[in-house]
Amino acid sequence: MTRGDKILSVYLAAIFVFILAPIVTLIVFSFNADRFPSLPWSGFSLEWYEAIASDSTIHTGFKNSLIVAVATAVISTILGFCAAYTDYRFKFFGKMGFLALAAMPPTVPVVILGIANLTFMAQINLAGTLQAVILGHTVYCAPFAMALIRIRLADLDPDIEPAAWNLGATRMTTVRQVVLPFCRPAIFSAMAITAAVSFDEFMIAWFVSGINETLPVRILAMLQGQVSPRINAVGSLVFLVTITLVLIAQAAVYSFRKTRRNV
Amino acid sequence: MAHGRPTKRRDMFPAAFILPPLVWQASFFITPLVFLVWMSFWRVKNFRLTRDFVTANWERIYNAGFFYDAYVHTFTLATVNALVVSVLAFPAAYFLAFRAGPKVRQLAIVFLVTPFFTSYLVRIYSLQIILAEHGIINSALGLVGLGPITMLSTSFATVVGFLTLTLPLVILVQLLALSQVDKRLMEAASNLGVPPFEAVFKVVIPSAKVGLIMAGTFGFLLSFGDYVSPLFLGGSKPPTLSILIADQVKSGNNWPRASVVAVTMVVTLVAVLLLMTSLAYAKRGKK
Repeated sequence: MTRGDKILSVYLAAIFVFILAPIVTLIVFSFNADRFPSLPWSGFSLEWYEAIASDSTIHTGFKNSLIVAVATAVISTILGFCAAYTDYRFKFFGKMGFLALAAMPPTVPVVILGIANLTFMAQINLAGTLQAVILGHTVYCAPFAMALIRIRLADLDPDIEPAAWNLGATRMTTVRQVVLPFCRPAIFSAMAITAAVSFDEFMIAWFVSGINETLPVRILAMLQGQVSPRINAVGSLVFLVTITLVLIAQAAVYSFRKTRRNV
Repeated sequence: MAHGRPTKRRDMFPAAFILPPLVWQASFFITPLVFLVWMSFWRVKNFRLTRDFVTANWERIYNAGFFYDAYVHTFTLATVNALVVSVLAFPAAYFLAFRAGPKVRQLAIVFLVTPFFTSYLVRIYSLQIILAEHGIINSALGLVGLGPITMLSTSFATVVGFLTLTLPLVILVQLLALSQVDKRLMEAASNLGVPPFEAVFKVVIPSAKVGLIMAGTFGFLLSFGDYVSPLFLGGSKPPTLSILIADQVKSGNNWPRASVVAVTMVVTLVAVLLLMTSLAYAKRGKK
């Protein structure tokens, strides 16, 4: 290792400290006995976890978030698969426009998706419902699913499907028996990442959920009140759920990156 | 067996895949955005929304001093963040692309992807207690007889928040750009006696230009629309456009005026995106 490499690796470590410090601080102070987070540390306590365990708004929020995340994961993964397979298999006029439409939503700030959804949902009498949150989240999440499944499809030889057709399989059968099994790890990964993004998303949900708060919306409301280690506790729980999902998603991607070489 | 079915059924096959995402995104992505534009011409009469076609909301917002302050402030913060994040990310991306081993690179990518998808809101809350007047940093400084330093409710804190949001993504995009740089060019430069530091500016940056500019553009886009950092770290002094939107909707109950701000933001973002794309792909001048 040259001297320059050493400096750069120390620099990289510093970047990671910066990125990870808030997460570590969050978790550490969720166990702090003192009400006001400061140094020195004032002793271990589960008080704040007990407080949120008996808070019914947290329970409801958790349940709502779970419903929204599961529904969003299923719908956006189906949409993502359709879009990825379209890009893989078909050529048609306007395909570029189709792909732009399918990929664009995450580049629009969530605050704008939030208010746009609110104005629209109010017109179709869905504002203030969990269905509205699900619709908003699927739009935002489907592109992530599409990207993951498209990357997997890039490794499927385009001549394999025509071979199955020649042997008498219909196109739909081929999709069911060849394409879908091949995409399984990517579909799994897409479900996990879209569930994580949805479980974490607070802006669209805040605008359209009304009184049906999801957990991050509840946290946002808590943030507008007083500083309280309860926020650390519930934040740590949300973090635990999303990080688990994101790590599952990455492990699935890693597994298919490895199997590709054997195909 | 179903093979050799008449073509009519086969014609439906592409539609089965094209239509669901097309109809869904058109209904729940494009239609709401169209509504947003339309809503900006509605009226609020006796606290009730009325369908109309008046330009009063536009005039009201565009004549308001607070709107200009918010616009300039938001644009400036996002620009500063785009530049700072690009500069801070580059050495890390360079190290990962050219100097680190595959294991380190793999691990680093996991550590960059994970925070991008996790709990931005609670991370900002955490930064709030780190940077507060009696927070972690100041109480640590106090232990050694220093401080306190005011960090919270400043633009500095807002940019720190933006950085936790954008740094992982910008490093990843830069890494992607750098890994496509032809390594033979770097070897050639080295063989010709160009020192490594100089080669970064003469070879690496010019050949990765498109990706590096796009990475910085992401840094701009994400921070331009962010609501959480300017509010909880910047203390809304002055408010950004996102805060204006939230306030108009949540407390002002004036959706049409919020729509005006939102449409302005979308137009700005599209303009910046087009400008940066054309800059990224521009041919270098005759040399």
